[in-house]
Amino acid sequence: MIKLYIDNWEIHATEGISVLQAALDSEIYIPNLCWVREMTDPPASCRLCFVEIAGRPAPVTACTTIVENDMEVHTDTEAVRELQRTSLKLLLSAHHVDCGHCPANKKCELQNLARFLKVKLKPAEFPTYQPTGLIDTSHPHLDYNRDRCVLCGRCVNACRDKNGRPLFTFAGRGSETIVTPLFPPAGQALDKDASLVCVDLCPTGALTRKG
Amino acid sequence: MLTHATVEESQKLEAVRSRLMEGQRSRGSLIPILQTIQKEMGYLPAEALDLVAGLLNISAGEVYGVASFYNQFRFNPPGKHQIKVCLGTACHVRGGDIILENFERKLDIKEGHTTEDREFSLERVACVGCCALAPVVLMNEKTHGYMSPSKVEGLFTQLEIAKKKSESNKTDGSE
Repeated sequence: MIKLYIDNWEIHATEGISVLQAALDSEIYIPNLCWVREMTDPPASCRLCFVEIAGRPAPVTACTTIVENDMEVHTDTEAVRELQRTSLKLLLSAHHVDCGHCPANKKCELQNLARFLKVKLKPAEFPTYQPTGLIDTSHPHLDYNRDRCVLCGRCVNACRDKNGRPLFTFAGRGSETIVTPLFPPAGQALDKDASLVCVDLCPTGALTRKG
Repeated sequence: MLTHATVEESQKLEAVRSRLMEGQRSRGSLIPILQTIQKEMGYLPAEALDLVAGLLNISAGEVYGVASFYNQFRFNPPGKHQIKVCLGTACHVRGGDIILENFERKLDIKEGHTTEDREFSLERVACVGCCALAPVVLMNEKTHGYMSPSKVEGLFTQLEIAKKKSESNKTDGSE
């Protein structure tokens, strides 16, 4: 067991886990989006879980930092919150904010993050997302709506970790990146349950169950 | 999004397939394999993605994911006349996007696509390096500078004339 301090609370954590997991297990909330519990190799792509660690020159991402003995972590400093707010604003500027028509309304993690960080859903300093109208209905169990997708990669990375092979992949590049479902080679059955696990992982309303 | 191969192309693909069966078949050879096919076919038809997926025992979606990341891979056939509209800084400032729109309307295709008869394909490029002639269009590697909507019309008229000429030459030759 390792003893560390998060926001001046003494925390005991198993060796080898990340600061983010240690904090969440001790009911100290650090904003996060692309991280999923039991992830072997967190992508650290959402840039929301910044924390300050005593002795380090700049804030670090909590999901990729492994706990150490007597570590002193601060989750609520001005520098950290500023970074988190900017990251969230950038994410929202790549998201078609139309909560009234979205199935994820009221259970959307972007809404929760915005409430927690006190960020407007349509930040004034970034242009708002122009919807493409792209909806992929090729999958038998789910639909994918590009305009709601913030490319957090949960469905790509977590499914690969859980099932040993990905059920989704990124396609395209830059602002035209989309998530594409992967179909097994002809003759093999598509795992319905695993696909629906990915739907449940989606923080927004981008992946929705059919019907 | 994806173009399906014609009968002729399918035969070509079969030939490439037998060649690929002999070579490296690991995940790491995905890109070289795609390059080989594109060299042979000029583009990656939907059938090629399925073929590669079968060769490497991965999903066709994964092949598409990798191929769509790189600019060098194209999913539509190059037209007989490849039109590249320059949208570098200078051309952009001097109305390159208007020229692009002209071509789009004239050919009734969007940028990055090919006409149904595979006569024309339309692309945008970043800079062709003759900014003094902005706005610039490349047609099969021939540079056309100082483009304007009327010049776009002119290009097509010239092609029409050339086509008629070659047709009449053909009929003359056969007599």
